Amino acid sequence: MGILDSIPHVKAVPSHRPWPRAIVTEAGWQAAIDRLADGELTLLGFWGEPTAVHMAMRDAGSAAIAVVTYECPAGTFPSVANRHPPALRLERTIHDLFGLVPTAADDLRPWLDHGAWGQSYPLSGGNASRDVRPYQFLPAEGEALHQVAVGPVHAGIIEPGHFRFTANGEHVVRLEQRLGYTHKGTEALMQGASLEAAAKLAGRASGDSTVAYAFAFACAVEAALQIEAPRRATLLRALMAELERLANHLGDIGAICNDASFALMHAQTGVLRERCLRAADTAFGHRLMMDVIVPGGVRRDIAPDGVSALRALVAQLRKVFPRLIELYDNTASLQDRTVTTGIVKAEYARRFGAGGYVGRASGRDFDARRALAYGPYDALSFEVPVLEAGDVNARVWIRIREVEQSVALIEQILDRLGPGGLETALPARSGGGACEGMALTEAFRGDVLVWLRLDGELRIDRCHLRDASWFQWPLLETAIEGNIIADFPLCNKSFNCSYSGVDL
Amino acid sequence: MRNTLFESLTHRSLTEPAPAPDGSALAELAAKVDRAAQARLGRSLAIREVDAGSCNGCELEIHALSNAFYDVERFGLRFVASPRHADVLLVTGPVTKNMREALERTYNATPDPKWVVAVGACAVDGGMFRGSYACVGGVSETIPVDLHIGGCPPSPTDLLKGLLALLEHVGGKG
Ligand code: SF4
Repeated sequence: MGILDSIPHVKAVPSHRPWPRAIVTEAGWQAAIDRLADGELTLLGFWGEPTAVHMAMRDAGSAAIAVVTYECPAGTFPSVANRHPPALRLERTIHDLFGLVPTAADDLRPWLDHGAWGQSYPLSGGNASRDVRPYQFLPAEGEALHQVAVGPVHAGIIEPGHFRFTANGEHVVRLEQRLGYTHKGTEALMQGASLEAAAKLAGRASGDSTVAYAFAFACAVEAALQIEAPRRATLLRALMAELERLANHLGDIGAICNDASFALMHAQTGVLRERCLRAADTAFGHRLMMDVIVPGGVRRDIAPDGVSALRALVAQLRKVFPRLIELYDNTASLQDRTVTTGIVKAEYARRFGAGGYVGRASGRDFDARRALAYGPYDALSFEVPVLEAGDVNARVWIRIREVEQSVALIEQILDRLGPGGLETALPARSGGGACEGMALTEAFRGDVLVWLRLDGELRIDRCHLRDASWFQWPLLETAIEGNIIADFPLCNKSFNCSYSGVDL
Repeated sequence: MRNTLFESLTHRSLTEPAPAPDGSALAELAAKVDRAAQARLGRSLAIREVDAGSCNGCELEIHALSNAFYDVERFGLRFVASPRHADVLLVTGPVTKNMREALERTYNATPDPKWVVAVGACAVDGGMFRGSYACVGGVSETIPVDLHIGGCPPSPTDLLKGLLALLEHVGGKG
């Protein structure tokens, strides 16, 4: 049974692919919220347009996916967040960008809008202005409580954001994040852009996941246009996606250990990460592999010496990585910092639909590569590690296991890489008005969602990019509670949520 | 196991240039940076990195400068935690409007003499984000810039070349 069978709707939108989208009345919208709130459905995405809001949802049982749309020409829609907290930041963002008002919302503080853009509601198409009030952090009251404010400029080489800790002595009572500092107006820049320009913008949503974003963007366009990339191109896409995952996991495993004052691991994984980037450069001409994946296929073939560079990388990893795992496993001073630190409760991970290692370390068995079986993963074999402890240590172990899986996947792909085309030509026009596509791919930190509508000339009418971090950042606030402030960097690094990916 | 590992790790020097195609070019560049640093500075140069709205691609490559292949610390180039300890601000991103004030404040908190290096296509002129309602544009529209290093993102080798150019500039200015 599809999701839409149990949600009353007015009409289905035939040009939306590959999953159904339907316009609902208020009753349908409320029914969708009910099912999110009672845990039957997981929120995949929630975004706006000048006079409509959309929610993408997945049925936890049947794995079906659907999008519901509530049209709101009067500028209001029933709040999702006041019944289903994972929607909160997305709902505040919809208000910031489009000026749409969630009725009965408990929290309508700005999220991305810091009052610095020189205009309100920049994507609304109107010029209504907004009350500017000082930003109110949520209160935490009691004797002996004090606040510690950190950021937006941090001490390390990391992205900017603000953290407000309320502490009792060293123990954190409440953490509240304030983000939006890297908001670049990406979705506005995409409007009216050509597919080529928009693909490049999608690849810069979060530089560490450029492959995953370009992959999802390309799949969404291909779904909308009902075309398929050639088999060889999909294999090359997955090759790049696994290389990206490897490089990030290696860098982060070391960085987490470094935050636990174990620099040796950092030095070692840093070398392996660099070897990954150099192999990627040899194979695809760019260390981060930006702009190689395009709608229709891939822009360039793997270089002739790319295959041998990747085989050498795999051999190197097979030799060195097991020793590093042993080092992690046998260092009591490290375990002392990572075990039972920063626990994400399984119930929260499920409720928020947390993806990636954050979800999988807390018992949520979801990986878009397996759950959605998009090409070429439908034909590759790999395991999805899942643990229950939910602490920093569990997130490290999930990453360790994923490194092993990525190495095996890279070998499988290299073995299968037969001759074949690289790009399926795109039609010059859509052949009948607007068309819509949606796709999810598994980035190293979790699932990335891209939704788009193309006009008849194949320009972007609207594109929404949703990073896994939307549903992970709030869990970091819960994970740090009761821990000491000094353990925050460690917890934070074990999440490594994206700033740019959610600020956009 | 631990001892074996330590042995195997300490037996080969990781700070040597990598056996990559550009290994010798990197060694040559490293030697030049080293000479310039010694000649011009006679002391270490403290670098404060500021992300003013980047996609984080530039940060990844700035991080790579500290790995065992590039190991910038051997030239006396150090990344520091506070602008108050810095000689150089390495700024990335198209300077979002939400970051402009923080960037200005960071600049003002950096003691003179100081140098600003704009890193990446975004920091040079806004890159792909130029013209957005949410971005200011290049770093030089907010604070004075001494050197631009283009690229999306610039590779660690490009960054080293840029830092070499800066060292020569520092010599000229100092
Ligand atoms: S220059 Fe490129 S890599 Fe650097 S921040 Fe801009 S888009 Fe990202």
